[in-house]
Amino acid sequence: MSVDQSRIRNFCIIAHIDHGKSTLADRIIEKTGLLTSREMQNQVLDNMDLERERGITIKAQAVRIVYKAKDGEEYIFNLIDTPGHVDFNYEVSRSLAACDGAILVVDAAQGIEAQTLANVYLALDHDLEIMPVINKIDLPSADPDRVVAEIEDVIGLEAHDAPRISAKTGENVDQVLEQIITKIPAPTGDVNAPLQALIFDAVYDPYKGVIVFFRVKEGRIAKGTPVKMMATGASFEVVEVGYFGPGQFIPCDELTAGMVGYMTASIKNLKDTHVGDTITNLENPCKEPLPGYKKVNPMVYCGMYPADGAKYGDLRDALEKLQLNDASLQFEAETSVALGFGFRCGFLGLLHLEIIQERLEREFNLDLVTTAPSVIYKVHKTNGEVLELTNPSNLPDPSEIEYMEEPVVSAEIMVTTEFIGPIMDLCQERRGVYQGMEYMETTRALLKYVLPLNEIIYDFFDALKSRSRGYASFDYEMKGYQRSPLVKLDILVNREEVDALSFIVFEGSAYERGRKMCEKLKEEIPRQLFEIPIQAAIGSKIIARETVKALRKDVLAKCYGGDISRKRKLLEKQKEGKKRMRQIGNVEIPQKAFMSVLKLDDK
Amino acid sequence: MEKLELYIHYPFCVKKCRYCDFLSGPSDEKSRHLYIEALCREIAFLAPLYRDWVVDTVFMGGGTPSLMSADELAQVMEQLRTFFRLASDCEITMEANPGTLDSGKAKAIARLGINRLSLGLQSAQEKELVCLGRIHTFEDFLESFRLVRGAGIQNLNVDLMSGLPGQTLESWEDTLEKVLNLGPEHISAYSLIIEENTPFYELYGRAGTCPTIPLPDEDTERQMYARTGKMLADRGYGRYEISNYAKKGYECRHNVGYWRRRDYLGLGLGAASLSFGRRFENTADLEKYMDIFSKEPSRPCDLSAGAFDLSHENIHHLTRQEAMEEFMFLGLRMCEGVNANTFRDTFGLSMMDVFGGPVRKHCQEGLLNYIEETGQLYLTERGIDLSNYVLCDFV
Repeated sequence: MSVDQSRIRNFCIIAHIDHGKSTLADRIIEKTGLLTSREMQNQVLDNMDLERERGITIKAQAVRIVYKAKDGEEYIFNLIDTPGHVDFNYEVSRSLAACDGAILVVDAAQGIEAQTLANVYLALDHDLEIMPVINKIDLPSADPDRVVAEIEDVIGLEAHDAPRISAKTGENVDQVLEQIITKIPAPTGDVNAPLQALIFDAVYDPYKGVIVFFRVKEGRIAKGTPVKMMATGASFEVVEVGYFGPGQFIPCDELTAGMVGYMTASIKNLKDTHVGDTITNLENPCKEPLPGYKKVNPMVYCGMYPADGAKYGDLRDALEKLQLNDASLQFEAETSVALGFGFRCGFLGLLHLEIIQERLEREFNLDLVTTAPSVIYKVHKTNGEVLELTNPSNLPDPSEIEYMEEPVVSAEIMVTTEFIGPIMDLCQERRGVYQGMEYMETTRALLKYVLPLNEIIYDFFDALKSRSRGYASFDYEMKGYQRSPLVKLDILVNREEVDALSFIVFEGSAYERGRKMCEKLKEEIPRQLFEIPIQAAIGSKIIARETVKALRKDVLAKCYGGDISRKRKLLEKQKEGKKRMRQIGNVEIPQKAFMSVLKLDDK
Repeated sequence: MEKLELYIHYPFCVKKCRYCDFLSGPSDEKSRHLYIEALCREIAFLAPLYRDWVVDTVFMGGGTPSLMSADELAQVMEQLRTFFRLASDCEITMEANPGTLDSGKAKAIARLGINRLSLGLQSAQEKELVCLGRIHTFEDFLESFRLVRGAGIQNLNVDLMSGLPGQTLESWEDTLEKVLNLGPEHISAYSLIIEENTPFYELYGRAGTCPTIPLPDEDTERQMYARTGKMLADRGYGRYEISNYAKKGYECRHNVGYWRRRDYLGLGLGAASLSFGRRFENTADLEKYMDIFSKEPSRPCDLSAGAFDLSHENIHHLTRQEAMEEFMFLGLRMCEGVNANTFRDTFGLSMMDVFGGPVRKHCQEGLLNYIEETGQLYLTERGIDLSNYVLCDFV
């Protein structure tokens, strides 16, 4: 199939979370008639159940649509949806590389937020043309004039002719479609040059093997083309090429420079495909690979264990499959006394961790136990060695430690002025160091802080939202390491240390955290036949204690003929609950206890 | 000839109690009467399946079956005697609530051969009765008790509840004392269970709500339970199941049948059955039930043609494994427990081969006792308190 490059537009939509990115994508797809409204399910591009439920985009998704413009010509739009959350900047970055332009959606009531800025900078880094759109003009609090001025002042983008739309009602979405043609550049690239295509995603299909998503920069690729992955060196013969329908793959004859699509090539080994790698023609290779993506490193680590020890192999396979299109996910095998064999996994942030955990549970049907997340600490030992610590259990004896360092981030918090006080208090409590404040306009300010990463990986985002009634937004980037007084807090259940519950904490917060951990565990550990002490300790010093009283009563008073089936179900449920327990010494600890200690809220 | 138990459900009451999750509710006289008509048609429809069976017990529960008029009661009893073969010593129980009986009805009950009444008292304390949403006072109960005794009913049960909002150990002892002074043959003393979909659940079942009248704490509740056993034993009532006490020879044969897995057929709305190796339930949809039995069913009742397809739901054929599990978790509710020899006679397998693991574990924990010579296995006192913890290992 040959399509004139001037009729192709490759673009993505970027926005702060909740500004209506996915809704606009839905509307564009609907307006171009790709789906009848009957087939239309909200958030077409959010394929995962998880995405629909949470109303967020996690994975980049692509779709090809045909638009008949007012000039009478038909255009091919490749729309790539991108995640909005700070944890997924890496995903955004990958999708941007496949685009020539970006639609910047800004909420007409809320205006520019922290991630609006972050995403704009990312797009500018990739030399993308940015086309602003003002969304949610149907809101009573909408103030598009103010937002246009803000875009022009703060970002420096022309915005006076930005379409003012309601993606929800579909109002003025036509203008967006027309502007895509006039404002977003058509792709360039020589269809006759050697093949050069950038991999921006991949998924695993049990029948077809790895399905590689790419943008053709130069040349052409078709069924039968012998291809080579330039970074891994693996070579294949293409079995199928095609483009993205909504929620499905549509095969075609050929993809040429400027196009976005996928290929399969019976790729069975997941390691052969790297997101960011360049595909070229084996027989007629291009000279150089395309620049890949900025490599992102995990910032948060935790242990993941199969609830059923026999599923260890399944967990490894599942992690490998997820890693295929999520290069930021890292894992290596580890062993815990309490939890058996599992993996120490690295994530971009806590949301990323939660998402991976849920995907493992839903898509791979695995039951998991997850340990408290940890950042990477640098342990400077007395013998001069520096240890990068991702698992608190591996902390050397205090006598061997000279000092420790922890990672810190530069954080930007956008907040309305009335909440500046509470948010500054919050940052203070989390050991933040104030760096400055800029007023965006009279009612909003950008607060800058340096914060230890381990203070924001637990519940910082929730606390921020609750203390600003949802109005604050937050973005951060790694800044480096700083020396801090840190200690390892151990939890003892019935006088036995539970390695999976140990964590590193700022010395000054240790008592508070220890106390809260014990309280939480007291709630989570069901009463058993005997009394169970729960203690928090630093070294051999006990700093907090709670007691789970012995079980006195667990009886159903009544059981008559009419409810035997129901009583049976209750007993089965109770038994099922027992199965989900971990035996530590002679105490049974429910799996959710391991996770619940992550959510020690600050209220 | 095999023995069958019959359960008859009457889903109407004067007013729904606040803890009650049974299939029941108030209704007008006409609907109540139409229900009796439907029930009689169901009896006539299903009875042919049990031509070779003899009915050993009948239990009329609800709702409040004593709300039936004397005529309606006569109609139901007549229908049962016409279509089923009732044993000469058949135990026929009816649940009755104070406030729904007068001397005429009490005499009618006795005359119709109903030989056991279960009176729902719950508490002798007026405050507690109000809190439960009961429609009667303790005085009303005394009056009803006198009436049914006067009518010649020799076998009476009184239903009581411990663990009630505002109840104290003292008030519970007082309730027991007052009831014991009347000398009923049988006492059921249940700990209050907060069931979902009841006003009590809204009040007590959800964390975060702060009810004005608190429930007794667990320790007090267990003291009440222990006290019950002691007081009743002193007056000659033996505990034979977790919540049931009787003078010797007055154990409720119908309920024992449930725990011993005897066959029973439930008639009426939502009634459950264990019969022909399956468990099933009648529809719980009143409209549907009334519709099905608004006229004589057009086809005869035949097991091979799906006798239970007409109004029954959740038909489940029990596997041997399930039957064995039931044998254990139901039988162990009885104080005498289960017997390994009976198990072998019933299933052809050794009880210890099948359940040795949990039996040994809980014997070690002091929750079960196993007498090897006799093969008897039963819950200890502590085991009763923690029976779910034990029983769930048998399913």
